[in-house]
Amino acid sequence: MTDKYDAIVVGAGHNGLVCSALLARAGKNVLVLEANAQVGGAAVTREFAEGHSVSACAHLLYQLQPEVRKELQLSPKLAGEDMTTIALAEDGQHLRLSADAVTGVSDDDAAQYRRFRKRMTRFSDLLRKYLNKAPPRLGTKNLSDLFTLGQLGFDIRRLGKEEMQEFLRLIGMNIHDEVTERFESPLLKGAISLDAVLGTHLGPRSPNTIVTYLYRLAGDHGRVAAVRGGMGSVSEELAHAARSSGVTIRTGMPVKRIIVGNGRVTGVETASGETFSSYMVISNADPKRTIMDLVGARHVEAGFARRMHHLRSRGNAAKLHLALDGLPTIDGLDKKDFGQRLVIAGDEHYVERAFNPAKYGEYSPEPVVEMTFPSFRDESLAPTGKHVMSAVVQYAPYSLREGWSDATKKAFNDTVIATIAKYAPDIAQRITASELLTPADIEDEFHITGGHWHHGELTLDQFLFVRPVHGAAQYKMPLDGLWLCGAGAHPGGGVSGAAGRNAARTILKWEKAA
Amino acid sequence: MTQAPVQQGRLKSPFYSRLEKLDFVNQWHEWKGYSSTDELYCADTEYFAIRNATAVFDLTPMTKYRVTGPDALDYLNRLVTRDMAKIRPGRVAYAVWCDDSGQVIDDGTIFHLREGEYRLCSQERHYAWLMANTIGFDVTVTHETEDVAALAVQGPTSFSVLDRMGLDGLGELKPFGLMHFDFEGAELMVSRTGFTADLGYELWIEPGKAEALWDALFEAGELHGIRAIGTHALELARIEAGFLAAYEEFLPADETVRTGVSRSPLELGLDWLVDFKKPNFNGRRALAQEKRKGSTWRLVKLDIEGNKVAENSYIFANKRASGGNIGFITSAAWSPVCKQNIALGTVKMPHGKPGDTVWVEIYYQREMHWNRKMAEAVVVDKPFWFPARRGATPPGPF
Repeated sequence: MTDKYDAIVVGAGHNGLVCSALLARAGKNVLVLEANAQVGGAAVTREFAEGHSVSACAHLLYQLQPEVRKELQLSPKLAGEDMTTIALAEDGQHLRLSADAVTGVSDDDAAQYRRFRKRMTRFSDLLRKYLNKAPPRLGTKNLSDLFTLGQLGFDIRRLGKEEMQEFLRLIGMNIHDEVTERFESPLLKGAISLDAVLGTHLGPRSPNTIVTYLYRLAGDHGRVAAVRGGMGSVSEELAHAARSSGVTIRTGMPVKRIIVGNGRVTGVETASGETFSSYMVISNADPKRTIMDLVGARHVEAGFARRMHHLRSRGNAAKLHLALDGLPTIDGLDKKDFGQRLVIAGDEHYVERAFNPAKYGEYSPEPVVEMTFPSFRDESLAPTGKHVMSAVVQYAPYSLREGWSDATKKAFNDTVIATIAKYAPDIAQRITASELLTPADIEDEFHITGGHWHHGELTLDQFLFVRPVHGAAQYKMPLDGLWLCGAGAHPGGGVSGAAGRNAARTILKWEKAA
Repeated sequence: MTQAPVQQGRLKSPFYSRLEKLDFVNQWHEWKGYSSTDELYCADTEYFAIRNATAVFDLTPMTKYRVTGPDALDYLNRLVTRDMAKIRPGRVAYAVWCDDSGQVIDDGTIFHLREGEYRLCSQERHYAWLMANTIGFDVTVTHETEDVAALAVQGPTSFSVLDRMGLDGLGELKPFGLMHFDFEGAELMVSRTGFTADLGYELWIEPGKAEALWDALFEAGELHGIRAIGTHALELARIEAGFLAAYEEFLPADETVRTGVSRSPLELGLDWLVDFKKPNFNGRRALAQEKRKGSTWRLVKLDIEGNKVAENSYIFANKRASGGNIGFITSAAWSPVCKQNIALGTVKMPHGKPGDTVWVEIYYQREMHWNRKMAEAVVVDKPFWFPARRGATPPGPF
């Protein structure tokens, strides 16, 4: 028995939900198949200890695109908006960074920071415009592609001569050189470095880390928000929008393979052996998994298979969840500060040093940490008086040389706790339960190759016109009927909905042209 | 563990000791790391051995890969444009392979040695591309150029020579077939293939038996006019046969820098090798589009007036050469056996339909002074040289 749909979306990640909802609103009969019991992919809230819940993977919202909000009438309830980033200092002299100001530094640094953010915001605004468009193809005669390319050139030129030169100077550069040129406060340099490398397999001295920094700002000028009920509530809202548009969402249905018949996609088969037919399969899974595992390299051409095979998607960020019987004590912090975003990145070298071992398959002995205490603003996440901490911890390479085992996980967990304890000495006593998700765990739980947030490293060779790879940057894969709509496609990861929306729009445009 | 020292300088084929003895002019070139002879005594005489007797050419430097494993057939079918499922064990297929853009990387022959076991031969080396093609397949690709000694034995008396050598049953072997024989305890593979469009065979054996094979062959061929030949003679036979050569009729697509300088199989007259019934092969999407929209280039075989060889000539649509050139010659020769001034060339579509007349601008030197001639040329459909004996089974004795 085979059911037939206009389109099947593989994976109910937030992009898959956005894409399916927009297609359904255009009159398509859409089926979404999700492997996990919950919708949302890596944007979910789940209980990790009795009564204690956290956003299991993505935990901060800084990119949900206004276009997506508007078109799907989303209004996620925020527990915290425009959160301050507090760069923790061991001596309690913490820095507070907001979108356009920093306190706790010299006047020079404060002024520099304003200028720096102003310029970066200007550049990221330029980028932002292109997040919500299918990237143009290079070397094409297609008019709309040429127009977009021309527009990009014009937008860069319009920055003015000096700013354009600065843009072109910076775009391939690393964040380390930029912050050392500009600032004196080690803590400030560390905090900015951390923002540039979060979620990547890059250190601050790696080329490209200006791009990753701009990408982070491009979402919402770098403003960070926490969602009430955790990230899962965004996904729930999206799923509701999709369902009310007529989308069928079936959870607990892992897709085993995308069926190819006579050189085109004809449907999918689930792990339980059920098949669903459609001439259009849109994969919210990462590109590598989609092509190499679900489709099979033999069904695409060799050059494309080779590029996919070499797509870099080694995750390096772990997630640590703690259940706490109370807030820890951090010298120099007010209680209300626990509602902010706390980062551990002592100085610009600290971040690079943390990255060094990761190059050789070892975790950082002194990791960088981005911590939030979501229960502080949202009591629904923990029992009264209790708290949860959700932290991103780097670096924890996907391919740990020793391999991720209970023993190595425990050792890394202890390392992270010891690192946090330098700032919050009583943290260990407060812990009642904990959970560490290494990139390998993230791969298992969220089915992301390499456990990489972005479904593929966000670097210039895998960005914009060449994301995920050259020849497949417009959501349409070189296999008839197959599309991508996830973070591996342009523009990249983060709970933005941009890839899903762009994919849906591109699909509808193609259909109209056909 | 001690490792064998890395070979320095040019490799010598296992037949080198025998070639050396026959070599009078000492004119060699490099072919994929091997010393290969241009000519041994006189290219003209060597050429006539191909057409009138038996010519022996050392094929060892030709690139050879072994393809095995459960997915060998599926692998090859994705690699090349033709349907390899039709090539049964004991058969050989001429094939062409493309990149994703449908541009030719190389052409070559694929020998279906035994069920699921193949040998792929080509002029150029392609290990990186062949390995990239293994992604997602249960297949093993082994480079075996140095492990197999090979000879081309070509010409009207070639069957008689091999028959005399004791290869019983060879008479039944059809063109593009292969058979295995025992040769002094080693396996001798004989295929009815070649680069001359004449009656001919290729012999494949382990390098240790190479010299013995050579000796047996030349002993059997003594009365049949057997001669060793070099690449100059073979090249002339190749052009008469209308066969393509990499770096002459096309550039391997993975070696090109500029766009528009590579060729698709459709542009090389190899439409018959492109099987769109196969759901997927490298270049299929691009080639299907090219078929719909039309190709840019067309390969032409030209029968040119006069006897001045049209080497490196431009091709024009008319004698006045107005409107600019429409293409150029890629290979040209005076064909002694056809008594024709022949050439292969590439012209822009829609020029060059069989039967069309085009004009070739020939520059030639006479006592230092250059002369220019606009020569009329007719586009021909068939190979210049295609004798009935090439396909006769069993071949006639001499």
